[in-house]
Formats: sequence, structure tokens, C-alpha cells
Amino acid sequence: MIDFTEEQLERYSRHILLDDVGVAGQEKLLQAKVIIVGAGGLGSPAALYLAAAGVGTIGIVDSDVVEVSNLQRQIAHFSADIGAAKVESAAAKMQAINPDVEVRTYREYLCAANIRKILAGYDFVIDGTDNFPTKFLVNDACVFLNIPFSHGGILRFNGQTMTVVPGQTACYRCSFRSPPPPDAVPSCAQAGVLGAVAGMLGTIQAAEALKHITGAGELLTNTLLTFDARTMAFRRIRLKKQESCPLCGPHPVITELADVERTVCTVQ
Amino acid sequence: MKTAIRADVFQDLKGVGCPMNLVKTKVAFAKMESGQILGLILDNGPPINNVPRSVIREGHEILSQEQLADGTWSVLIRKA
Repeated sequence: MIDFTEEQLERYSRHILLDDVGVAGQEKLLQAKVIIVGAGGLGSPAALYLAAAGVGTIGIVDSDVVEVSNLQRQIAHFSADIGAAKVESAAAKMQAINPDVEVRTYREYLCAANIRKILAGYDFVIDGTDNFPTKFLVNDACVFLNIPFSHGGILRFNGQTMTVVPGQTACYRCSFRSPPPPDAVPSCAQAGVLGAVAGMLGTIQAAEALKHITGAGELLTNTLLTFDARTMAFRRIRLKKQESCPLCGPHPVITELADVERTVCTVQ
Repeated sequence: MKTAIRADVFQDLKGVGCPMNLVKTKVAFAKMESGQILGLILDNGPPINNVPRSVIREGHEILSQEQLADGTWSVLIRKA
């Protein structure tokens, strides 16, 4: 068992007091490795909460730099960070909250050529991406690598999320076979998004990661949780792992990772 | 009559307030085997009112608790 320092006992006391987390759960958190794809609206709150929780190793992937239009919802970034790499900006805040955690930054755009290498070795993945091709790529890579992950998406006042345990529960492709055609669904940049909705959804994803690591409660598997912040109505849609799934079914037709159009790969 | 049971692990939590006294109790239990006995010294007031109640809720058994001359409490708990 880890010998907690006095400061760690105080820092993590509210976790240790929880019957479902306790000393053993906090030890698991300190030994866990979680990677967050996207240091934006969803990735920001997820990164801050996972760092605060003492998740021992946190990876964060993003190729962008902070822009002033991000600051309305991407709460890991401050006005002074405009122009800085998002991964570096987020890492600085995570370290400032909790120097116990090791942050690994990946200033890259995820694509078929690099995703396996980046995600391999992590215990859980948080999908905080802003486009469908990358969401499908994360799903496919997590199924191939057998890494549980949290899918998340937001637009306008709406959010949706589900947790996938590959091989055991419905994957993203069990319900959504392939990305919608380009421009069929507007992006946040086109349609707008209420800033706090990003915090709501990213925080649910962080909670799922913490539950997976500690074993507390039940994961949001085989369920798509959706909400509309205009009415604060939450809905749970039951999903099933599909025999006909082209990825995780018994007769898969997707057997390797591929970039869908519009996923620009910038690997050198 | 004084309790004849001996604690396997002893923690003096005099001056340690809530909730850190419970955190330290939980850390002590985490290092112990089931059936072993933890002896605690707890302050009067909220500590003696809260810590035993919380450990009972987690399934452990209070074997005895008695107030000492200085007003603190000596508590013996068997780990579940």
C-alpha cells in the first residue's frame, strides 16, 4: 500500500471518506493512466478534475493553439494563454492544481497513423473531440486496443455521452454506423454552444473515468445519456451491443484503422 | 472493569478534528487484517460522536469505548 503523506491525506480526504472509493480507490487513482483527446470544451474540465482527483498519469492530445473564441467554454485556458499550445496551457493548470500528477502532452492531430501509439498503455480514454471522423477513429482504436472510453459530444444547449467497455458493451458504431456526411451536422463553430454545457458534459466524462478506475458505482454503458440544458431534461436511451456491428460484432468488416475524409493528418 | 482486549494497532487522534480523524482511521484499517483490533484515542465532542458511528456504518464492530480522566475517549474497534 502507498504511504500517503500528511498532505496527500488532506488533499484526498474527501475521496478517502467515500465508502466506494476509500484508501484503496485513491491508490488506484494515483496509479492510473488516463488520456484525454482534445484540450477544448470537454477536455478542459475533464483534465482539471482528473488532475485534482490525483489520477497519476494524464495524457492530453491536441494540435491547436488557444484562441480568444475558446475562452467562453474551454476553462483550462486563460486570456494570457492566447497563442500558446492548448496542451501546454492545460498541463500548466493541471500541475498547478496538483503537483502529484504527471501530465504527458501530445501536440498532435490524432489520425489513423498515430492513434495506436498514443493511446496504447492508457487505462481509459476521454473523447473530447469536436468532429465525427475523430470520434469514430477514437472508438475504433479503443475497440482494437481494448481500452474503455467515454464518448462525449455537445452542440448548442445539448450534450450526449456514453461509456464503452470494448467487447462487453455497445460501442459507438453499434448505434452510429459511420460518420454523417460532411456538413450534415454543424460544428460548434457554426452553430454555437452554451459554455456551461461543455462543463456539464466534460465533468460527466471525468466522473466516468474516476468510476472506472475505482470500481465505484455503475458505468454509463449500454446507455446514451442526452440532455437539453434549455429545459434541463435528461434522457437515458438504452443501447445494445449489436451482432451486426461492423466493428465489434462477430463478423467485423472494419479490421483496420482508417482516416475518414476531412481528418487531416499532420504526422511528420 | 477495564477491557482486557489488546489493540493490534493503536492511533492517538487527540487534537485531530473531523474529518481527518476518520480519514486516519480508514488508513489504519486499510493496513490491517480482518478481525484485528484498532485502538483509538478520540477527543470529546464531535470526534467521539462521529467516528464510531462512521466505522459502524462501514461494518466494523465497536468493542468498547470509555472516557479517560482527561476527557478523551479510548475506543476499541474490530475490523470487519
